[in-house]
Amino acid sequence: MIVIIDYGRGNLFSLSQALKTLNKPYLVTDNPDKILSASRLFLPGVGAFGDAMDRLKDRNLIEPIHSAVENGIPLLGICVGCQILLEKSEEFGEHAGLGLIPGKTVRLPNIKHKSKSRVRIPNVGWRALSIKSHAPLLGCLNSDDWMYFVHSYAPSVKHSKNIAATTNINGLDVPVAIQSRKILGVQFHPEKSGASGLKLIANFIEEEF
Amino acid sequence: MLAPRLIARLDIKSNNVIKGIHLEGLRVVGQPGPMARGYYENGIDEIIYMDSVASLYGRNNILPVVEEAAREIFVPLTVGGGIRSVEDILSALHSGADKVAINTAAIANPSFIHQAARVFGSQCIVISVEAKKRGNENWEALTDNGRECTGVNVLDWVIEVEKLGAGEILLTSVDSEGTRRGFDHDLFRQVRSLVEIPVIGCGGAGSPDDIIDAVKKDDLDAVACASLFHYGHSSPIELRRALKESDIITRPEINP
Repeated sequence: MIVIIDYGRGNLFSLSQALKTLNKPYLVTDNPDKILSASRLFLPGVGAFGDAMDRLKDRNLIEPIHSAVENGIPLLGICVGCQILLEKSEEFGEHAGLGLIPGKTVRLPNIKHKSKSRVRIPNVGWRALSIKSHAPLLGCLNSDDWMYFVHSYAPSVKHSKNIAATTNINGLDVPVAIQSRKILGVQFHPEKSGASGLKLIANFIEEEF
Repeated sequence: MLAPRLIARLDIKSNNVIKGIHLEGLRVVGQPGPMARGYYENGIDEIIYMDSVASLYGRNNILPVVEEAAREIFVPLTVGGGIRSVEDILSALHSGADKVAINTAAIANPSFIHQAARVFGSQCIVISVEAKKRGNENWEALTDNGRECTGVNVLDWVIEVEKLGAGEILLTSVDSEGTRRGFDHDLFRQVRSLVEIPVIGCGGAGSPDDIIDAVKKDDLDAVACASLFHYGHSSPIELRRALKESDIITRPEINP
């Protein structure tokens, strides 16, 4: 069964509706047994990094998530659910993450001058992705598949092999999809990115790892 | 400006989409479900739902409308009108909203902005500013959908809301609203020069040229249109094409 991990922080409604639209049966739960026997795991998230980790701890979900990933269950982290895959964050002080992918979250670069390609922070809007060739999970997307972003922080990974896609924000190629074995994290919101986002969600579910 | 957003604004009263002029003289223009679906299929980037009587009656009854939309519409949804507490924000998010727009409660209690941003993140908190012109380069912030005066100066207020942690400003010109006589570009530029966060311009869009000016000259990050779309004077796809001819790149057209 596909499992959406419920830890009290995340836009569960929209993600659920996306799976419903795709005719994929799913379960929204914080039950460790269900997480350990899932076919796919979704880790959504909105808000602050530290708060999200506190909620996962409160519900004793950190160990089950680690075990599930070690057992080879594919996991897709979305937005803050992507950020907490990393080791730590500098948002509102330093917080430890799940540490599944080496790296940390950092604040997006700002620029003051007016320019055609300037992005204000928070970065709110639809952006194009630059997809890396070693990112098979994103292979279903093409250059017309823009995604919706709403964030002030983004991943910064230790090894470039973990970057699946970037988007250019104020002159910097920011990693916005990160990957390690069967773990994928996306900073954008596929459940809010129209047909393009639904395509990515379907691919994550249907792709053989 | 990188890929400005095209937003449809649906003002809701008694489960109908309504539209007035200067936020008054409201008339029914359609049903929220089919209208939102139509805009989604036409490539809208985002939808704002505004409960036009929530503050008046001290309640929020548009969440079922938002929930219905979120079942089949996969673009960001913002909900405004009657958001007064952390619990109200939670209810809106549980109904499928991604962001909330706050006006009356923020002016009554500015620290609510800070509180909301700490709990949900700045990116979730849009401050809705209803600006009424009071002389040269001077605007007053109104509340309760343009019904109440506050004495608050818009240009002071936008600086304060940014400091308090607002993620975006939805800036509506009450004087232009519903007229289709063009945006209040003076207002847009003044606010733009004072804050760093994204600003959504709203109120009075009459043609694609207006939107091109709001993006190119006023440097806004997004525009929200109601009458322009509701009465069929333009559509998201038409706007996108007009913007492209002016070298403004937006999201490519994709059929849902």
